[in-house]
Amino acid sequence: MQETIRFILNDKPISVSVDSDRMLLWVLRTDLGLTGTKFGCGEGFCGACTVIINGEAVRSCQYPVKNVEGKKIMTIEGLAGNGRLHPLQQAFVEHDALQCGYCTPGMILTVYSLLLKNPSPTPRDILQGLEDNLCRCGAHTRIVQAVQTAASLMKGAVKR
Amino acid sequence: MKHDEHPDFMVDEIGPPSGLCRRDFLKLLGGGIIIVVSSGDAEAFFQERGRGPGAGYPSDFNAYLRIGEDGRVTCYTGKIEQGQGAITALPQMLAEELEVSAESVDMVMGDTDLCPWDMGTFGSQTIRSFGPALRAAAAEARAVLLELAAEKLQVPADRLEAKAGTVYDKSRPQAKVTYAQLAQGKKIERHVTPKPALKKPAEFKVMGKPFNRRDAKVKVTGEAKYAGDIRLPGMLYAKILRPPAHDAKLKSLDTSPAEKTSGVRVVRDGDLIAVLHEYPDVAEKALASIKVQYDRPEAEVDDKTIFDRLLKSSPEGKAVAQGGNLDEGAKIAALSFDETYLNSYVAHAAMETHTALAEVKGDKATVWASTQAPFRAKDEIAQVLGFPPQNVRLISPFVGGGFGGKTRNTQAVQAARLAKITGKPVQVAWTRADEFFYDTFRPAAIVKIKSGVSNSGQIVFWDYQVLFAGERSSQQFYNIPHHQTVVKGEWGGGASSAHPFDVGAWRAPGSNTNVFARESHIDIMAAKAGIDPVEFRMMNLNNKRMQRVIQAAAEKFGWTPAKAPSGRGVGVACADYVGTYLATMAEVEVRKDSGEVMVKRVVCSQDMGVAVNPEGATIQVEGCITMGLGYTLTEEIHFKGREILDLNFDTYHIPRFSWLPRIETVLLDSPELAPSGGGEPAIITIGAVVANAIYDATGARLMQLPMTPERVKSAIQSL
Repeated sequence: MQETIRFILNDKPISVSVDSDRMLLWVLRTDLGLTGTKFGCGEGFCGACTVIINGEAVRSCQYPVKNVEGKKIMTIEGLAGNGRLHPLQQAFVEHDALQCGYCTPGMILTVYSLLLKNPSPTPRDILQGLEDNLCRCGAHTRIVQAVQTAASLMKGAVKR
Repeated sequence: MKHDEHPDFMVDEIGPPSGLCRRDFLKLLGGGIIIVVSSGDAEAFFQERGRGPGAGYPSDFNAYLRIGEDGRVTCYTGKIEQGQGAITALPQMLAEELEVSAESVDMVMGDTDLCPWDMGTFGSQTIRSFGPALRAAAAEARAVLLELAAEKLQVPADRLEAKAGTVYDKSRPQAKVTYAQLAQGKKIERHVTPKPALKKPAEFKVMGKPFNRRDAKVKVTGEAKYAGDIRLPGMLYAKILRPPAHDAKLKSLDTSPAEKTSGVRVVRDGDLIAVLHEYPDVAEKALASIKVQYDRPEAEVDDKTIFDRLLKSSPEGKAVAQGGNLDEGAKIAALSFDETYLNSYVAHAAMETHTALAEVKGDKATVWASTQAPFRAKDEIAQVLGFPPQNVRLISPFVGGGFGGKTRNTQAVQAARLAKITGKPVQVAWTRADEFFYDTFRPAAIVKIKSGVSNSGQIVFWDYQVLFAGERSSQQFYNIPHHQTVVKGEWGGGASSAHPFDVGAWRAPGSNTNVFARESHIDIMAAKAGIDPVEFRMMNLNNKRMQRVIQAAAEKFGWTPAKAPSGRGVGVACADYVGTYLATMAEVEVRKDSGEVMVKRVVCSQDMGVAVNPEGATIQVEGCITMGLGYTLTEEIHFKGREILDLNFDTYHIPRFSWLPRIETVLLDSPELAPSGGGEPAIITIGAVVANAIYDATGARLMQLPMTPERVKSAIQSL
């Protein structure tokens, strides 16, 4: 059904007029041109499409756009503020915690939400938190290191 | 189009730069100093593959760089970036010879209108084969700059020295001129077939130094563009109607339910049936409403019976190595062995599915595609559209993982056909189920090894046959007096109809199969002879480079000799891969009740000659090890007849964070040896090293990859 949906996207209020049963992933990528959120599997198995909705990491390929009404969404494009990389992004760069980079936005946002809840994760917490995010290149070792660095950089404060 | 018409590496029918002629091409670049170089190493590459030089490879034109009037240097290459890090290592090679900082080098990659012809990005060739050409181009550019500076400064060139983008008079350092000043108002073209006077490793300032990835920043912010991220006005998104099996024949088709959705367009063009819409998800939903029936032949084979079928359809053998006399060897053997090793089909499963956007205007096409082989894609598209090749431009933006799978360009051809028919720009992005269906797989394969060991622990004969995996890494490097290696069938799809679907290159094609078999078999012999597996290898090796990597791995790992099975769960395997030598050691924990295997620690030592970017090389080793755990422990394609049963990651299991072992990499410094590739070698030992460690832990020997919990459990139970 065609509806107008209002929400906050990367700190800006917006509204879209769409078939509200459509999945958020495609509205972000197609209607709104935010292509940093990736399609990987379409069934919620891989995490490439992860975005933050009200502080929670959500698989946008499984999330109907009608459910975002009135909520705050952050995509990877909204993480760096005023041209400055977020500590998580900085840590991914410093550790070379990526190869092809396709899973990276989903990885970073999943960790973002993990650190909101658990600012000082153990390596085990990190592994568990990322268990359902797939990376085919095998950047896993570096990603874990980057998350540890970011957590200590942020010293428990996830705000940028 | 049938895949068979484009077997991998079949480059004869694909000519040299078919697009712009060289003169037009260089005109596009504007002013500055342009150096065009041919790669002598390309010829060596073809000779290695049994093809003469000139077999479709352009002899005069495959690397160049430009020094702009702003002093920035641009490297144009047909290579693409798929995560392997060429975008970082190639500028290092260029900067080294040109005497500039790596940061002042810009890369233009994978654009067939701007970059010189290139066969494709695969086979760990970028650094090994293309690198020397690029270095030669840079060395030549430096020579040109020194000549120009000599004129400008009015001093003989031999008194000059280039450093950090500036030419100095060695005796009067205040007399200097920058590259930017020298390039000012110039339009210089040099074409050289280099007899490269390249720097010696001792002179390196940039090569051999660790550099962080240059593409990291755009990849952490979401700015990096992949093929699916390109947008054109009026573009449509196409979803392809996928048959349930490769041999399913369309019986009836009713597309009218799809056409009820506003804005949907259905295209039927021969075998290609697609639903298009301005939103991809709407197209997909409409596609699902299509009523379609197929005729399906009875399934003749599945993932369990495939090995019988492969044995029965075994192609003619080719002896690739031979020495001594196997009968003589058998006579002196005190212990004899006869084993068969199997591995299943595996998928590339890159996180980015095959994607392309095509725009056709008149008789010209521009296509953005996730491809490892942009020039091949260009020619395929030109052929299918009936356009002259120079009218097709192919651009490969960042590729979201290739692993060999993106050497095929089916999706780009689909997009181009649909764009031509509809007159609109069309994106084709395969769904995950499409990817598991249209992608090629690493072939299921069989290795049979007969061998013998003398009383003193020497391997005295080695009779090796590999079916369907191909030659790479099939030749053993041990010191064996009587031996034979026979290769039956290659890993490419065109060679055999034995496979129920198309097979192709998968990260280090052939080698994962061959090394699993050989290094498992070496351990079987060592165990029976009652000798520690590292010691057994060392006593049967003459090869100094191989001995050195084994020693280095053993030191890092803290290997202590013991007869297997020792109960500790440790293993070793070694291999060579197109010029790179490596040894891997691993420690595993096996849950005997469930058969589950946890790989706790992996040490890999690698000798790849000069490691151009040690940081990048280390990352590749880590990536290889992590990805390798998949084909080793879980990954196998399930199928019934020509239907693929795995449609997504719920049944096809790739490595996850919880699997992660502690990984330690030792890069051995070999400055006297030219750089060789690092994107593939470390994946090839993982099957064997884990199999050997499982044996050491349990006494159970796994003869088939992947070593799933069921197979491990069953091997333990049958002890």
